[in-house]
Amino acid sequence: MDYAREELLACTIARLIGDVTRTAHVAVGAASPIPATAVELLRARQGGRPRLSLLHRRRGNPFSEGSRELFDLAGQGRIDVFFLGGAQIDGEANINLVGTGAYPHTEHRFPGSFGSAYMYFSARRTILFREEHSARVLVPKVDFVSAPGWSPPGVWRRGGPQALLTGKAQFAWQADKRRFRLESVHPGCSAAEVRAATGFDYDAPDSVNSTPTPTDEDLALLRGPVAVEIAANYPQFARKVWGLAA
Amino acid sequence: MPEAEQTLPSNETEFLADAEAIAARIPDGAFVALPPDYSLVAMDVVRALIRRNARNLRLLGVPVLGFCADLLIGAGCVAEVETSAVSLGEAGLAPRFTEAAERGTLRVVDATCPMVHSGLQAAEKGVPFMPLRGVLGSDLVRHRADWKTLDNPFATNDALLVAKAIVPDVALIHARWADARGNLWIGRRRELATIAHAAKATLATVEALREGDMLEDELLAPGVLGSVYVSAVAPAPRGAWPLGVIGEYAIDDAHLLEYARRAKTAEGFARYLDEFVLKRAAQPA
Repeated sequence: MDYAREELLACTIARLIGDVTRTAHVAVGAASPIPATAVELLRARQGGRPRLSLLHRRRGNPFSEGSRELFDLAGQGRIDVFFLGGAQIDGEANINLVGTGAYPHTEHRFPGSFGSAYMYFSARRTILFREEHSARVLVPKVDFVSAPGWSPPGVWRRGGPQALLTGKAQFAWQADKRRFRLESVHPGCSAAEVRAATGFDYDAPDSVNSTPTPTDEDLALLRGPVAVEIAANYPQFARKVWGLAA
Repeated sequence: MPEAEQTLPSNETEFLADAEAIAARIPDGAFVALPPDYSLVAMDVVRALIRRNARNLRLLGVPVLGFCADLLIGAGCVAEVETSAVSLGEAGLAPRFTEAAERGTLRVVDATCPMVHSGLQAAEKGVPFMPLRGVLGSDLVRHRADWKTLDNPFATNDALLVAKAIVPDVALIHARWADARGNLWIGRRRELATIAHAAKATLATVEALREGDMLEDELLAPGVLGSVYVSAVAPAPRGAWPLGVIGEYAIDDAHLLEYARRAKTAEGFARYLDEFVLKRAAQPA
């Protein structure tokens, strides 16, 4: 069955989140409809698990202690999976959400670091997600470290990156080598194309797998209960992908 | 040596006529704490500040800023923002913020969300700082003279980041109700309580005034911000528009998209101000 790019990415994130019995609590931050879709897909498949805390849920927000509650939960180790993006992401998994150029004199200013500098340390694992896969985004070294990809010994850190997913490929993070490894390329992309569009160096096997495509069951869930759930909080996204009104 | 005591204003709530009267209480140069767009924002006061030509405001995003800050920045009311981000959410980048930051006409003090919360929590407890895990190794730390590290006094080789207490001059918020005592009902938006506890003064608009004392009602009381913190309050029905009040009216997505489109240029922004801020005291109901 034909699928949308967003549906492929959501199914891939769902696989990265993985075994629900080990995954109690997934939190999704600002403006992240595709990660939210991935978690709703898991929940539709698995009887409402894992627990999803959607920060910007318009109704029925999971928190009753204000916007600091997510960070308090994460500080205690109650958030298993979180998502971060980056205006720039480098080969050591550092992310930049602030801007390009010599800070504070930014050439291109982005919104800001949000909670990244904290959540990257305190969530048990973080899936890096950025749709644009280009040498502009995936750089050798970020211009500003909003949140570092790793920390030296002696610095408290509970978690870190698990993987990097883009519109072209999926990379695994190798904490021991502090390097990404190419895991799969999405249908329609080649390993050579990914190499050319990536500004940092990474490991890759001789023969690279193709990212699995959504199954018919996945698509039925995505276009049914998941779409309805997502439309309530990400109306523009739901309209674009599924032609659905809120 | 410990810092000297700060004098807090009288804890009697004043009832004012409208958002204009609230805006008149915010002096130029004030350090104003604002909630995020998805919380309860006193947009009528923001528009009134622009009409009275407020200048050199310092905005604190708790923990982020959005539409309200972009309007104030575009109208030239703001000298500095201290925030973890400025964005219009699903409507994209905040265009007036982005341009002012890139041109260097706005000073941006970059933060990360829990450091803002921690600094306010220190202030509400009356202690000089609050420790926080994580963040070390972020370039944010190098650029913040008010963020320092401290050795954990209960362990060895365990450095923690500490946030200096943040004391805003004004907490500017919107609420659903104010009662005759000056108590505000903010529901689950407890970041408004944190801001109000930390700030020297809290100025609020409300959807409606109601009789009685909400603290006498066990079901309402957990959502109340007590009047001890509330300096002045004024009615402003639909005063958060185009942002929302959960349970009353939703955020006006179409309007925010329209704003994002028009505010991409200085001319488009000026026309927006003219139509929605300068020419009218109130927005469509």
